[in-house]
Amino acid sequence: MDQHKKSPISRPPTSLEINTDLAFRYTCLGFAWLTIAVMCYIVFEISWKAGPAIQEYGLGFLSTQTWDPNTKEYGILPEIWGTLYSSAIALLIGSLFGVSVAVFLSEGYLGNFVFSILKIFGVQFHPFWGKLPSASETALKNLVELLAAIPSVVYGLWGIFVVIPMMRDSCNWLYENMGWFPLFGTRFQGPGMLPASFVLAIMILPTISAISRDALVAVPPKLREASYGLGATRWETILSVILPTASGGIFGGIVLAFGRALGETMALAMLVGNVNTIKVSLFSPANTLAALLANNFSEAGSDEMKVGVLMYAGMVLMAITLGVNVIGALILQRATAGVKGLN
Amino acid sequence: MKNTPSILGTYFAFAAVLAATIGCGSGGGSPGIELQGAGASFPAPLYTSWFKEYSKAHKGVQIDYQSVGSGSGVTAVIDGTVDFGASDAAMKEEEMAKVERGVQLLPMTAGAIVLAYNLDGVDELKLSREAYVDIFLGKIKKWNDPKIAATNEGVSLPDQEINVVVRSDSSGTTYVFTQHLSTISPEFAESPGTNKAPNWPVGTKSKGNEGVTTSLAQNPGSIGYVEFGYAMKAKLAMVSLENKSGEFIKPSIASAQAALAGVEMPENLIAWLPDPEGKDSYPIVTYTWIIAYKKYDSEEKVKVFKDLIQYCLTEGQNSSESLGYIPLPESVVAKVSAALDNISAGK
Repeated sequence: MDQHKKSPISRPPTSLEINTDLAFRYTCLGFAWLTIAVMCYIVFEISWKAGPAIQEYGLGFLSTQTWDPNTKEYGILPEIWGTLYSSAIALLIGSLFGVSVAVFLSEGYLGNFVFSILKIFGVQFHPFWGKLPSASETALKNLVELLAAIPSVVYGLWGIFVVIPMMRDSCNWLYENMGWFPLFGTRFQGPGMLPASFVLAIMILPTISAISRDALVAVPPKLREASYGLGATRWETILSVILPTASGGIFGGIVLAFGRALGETMALAMLVGNVNTIKVSLFSPANTLAALLANNFSEAGSDEMKVGVLMYAGMVLMAITLGVNVIGALILQRATAGVKGLN
Repeated sequence: MKNTPSILGTYFAFAAVLAATIGCGSGGGSPGIELQGAGASFPAPLYTSWFKEYSKAHKGVQIDYQSVGSGSGVTAVIDGTVDFGASDAAMKEEEMAKVERGVQLLPMTAGAIVLAYNLDGVDELKLSREAYVDIFLGKIKKWNDPKIAATNEGVSLPDQEINVVVRSDSSGTTYVFTQHLSTISPEFAESPGTNKAPNWPVGTKSKGNEGVTTSLAQNPGSIGYVEFGYAMKAKLAMVSLENKSGEFIKPSIASAQAALAGVEMPENLIAWLPDPEGKDSYPIVTYTWIIAYKKYDSEEKVKVFKDLIQYCLTEGQNSSESLGYIPLPESVVAKVSAALDNISAGK
């Protein structure tokens, strides 16, 4: 009798359970639709407010370079360029470091290192010390992810007080000696593309490394073993088996990080220099869409056209982010199609 | 399945927490009088200190000030979301016309805008009118330009590019500064002109007086404009500017006061000093205003507000100098005090 009561399978669900299930289901459904509705409302609101500006400036807004409230000439080509350029550089630096960190953490390099040190002291199998290798990996992983918790203003200040002074001498050396090279074509004055992209790279690093690590850890162990079994070295295994297998996940992380880099506001507004120029040089000041919005919104309130222009710029930023995500998703589909059979 | 009730309980608890949070947001009114203000960042350090002192001395009175910039301050007054605003670009006729309750502008303090710079080995710098206009027009590009050297004999100026720093946000400080430059240079008036956010031909941009100050302190070879108090606090070197009489004047409370002395305050209490007269006058000085409504719906609010302004005009002025602001001249204090009669309760 008792046995029968304890087993949950052998009795039909009570009406309370059925109702709770239903309530839960519809609550989830409701919130999901609400999210979509809010999203649609935001898009509607932005495009509605941008309406007058779209009518006034049309597509010329995207291809002209002046931003002058005095003469009411507005164009955001330098900002579009700056947004894409800074994000691309940040992505280049960030993904290089992020994927390296992920490999370092998922392939047991740190654990092995700690293990070999423990071995010197002869405590590698001790119940307490023996746990240290994997614990150290978890600790470092959390440490990297902690970077995501730092407020963007703090990154901006760090950039102004630490990164820029640190870069100044070497950048000016590059300008003086290799000024003919387009990337080093201007003098480094302080705020500019390079410090902004560098700080941005550090801001997106935790996103890339966390997702890449998850993807690397999820690679089935049998692949690794098969590769070793065929006589491949550890590096050969990582480079030609594990990384390609996890490439879908890694790429997903990179796309996510790119989205974050495009929309990052405060740190960029503080570091990029906010100047409407289109220059290839890394040392030249530039501007981004998000920084433009941050700088102009607070006092645009009484001017309907200015609000419209800023909303238009916001729409362009949204479109760029959407475009990047769609392209990313498409590439992701292509990339993962080949490796699906492995799981 | 067995723990369904406990899951249900969790949801109820979650909902309760949510409800409590929302409840806190809307409720929680404190007894007493609360005044909300928002606007200019230029006098913000001074206002914050005044309002704190006043709230401390008067139990039950709470005054909040948000330093959101002059433009936002004016917008907030028009929208009626605050009890008073603040602006150092005053308020335009058409903006005032939008406020049905009417507005009364009250000059509360004045400040000097200085050119601060960061140049190794140069402690004293004098700039002629032509020189500093040309720097902000981007026509003078190097520190050892002949136009700078002409007024600085004996100073070794480096062969270094000038890094001009201007404001990235729309700002009253910029408005006053460009107003001055436009007054002394027809070329500047033509373009970029007087504006809260002009299209600068040169310069990297930083947000707020704080941002420009930091940028100047961090980057050798740079020059930019900030409110006197900010430059003083950051111990930045400041340029002696040529005034209307052709004298080079070091920025100080005294030289700024000399500039204020020459201006008669008109009926509407909006006076500009784009290029003050006088041999000892520092050339870039401005009043900054608190914007009050002419009508308030509560008798008590009016009483507290008037008392607050009286406090700022009398005791408050004593703390101006230590924060880098210029105490109002006696004649102006009297006029502002008299203008308080225009504010009353009713519709």
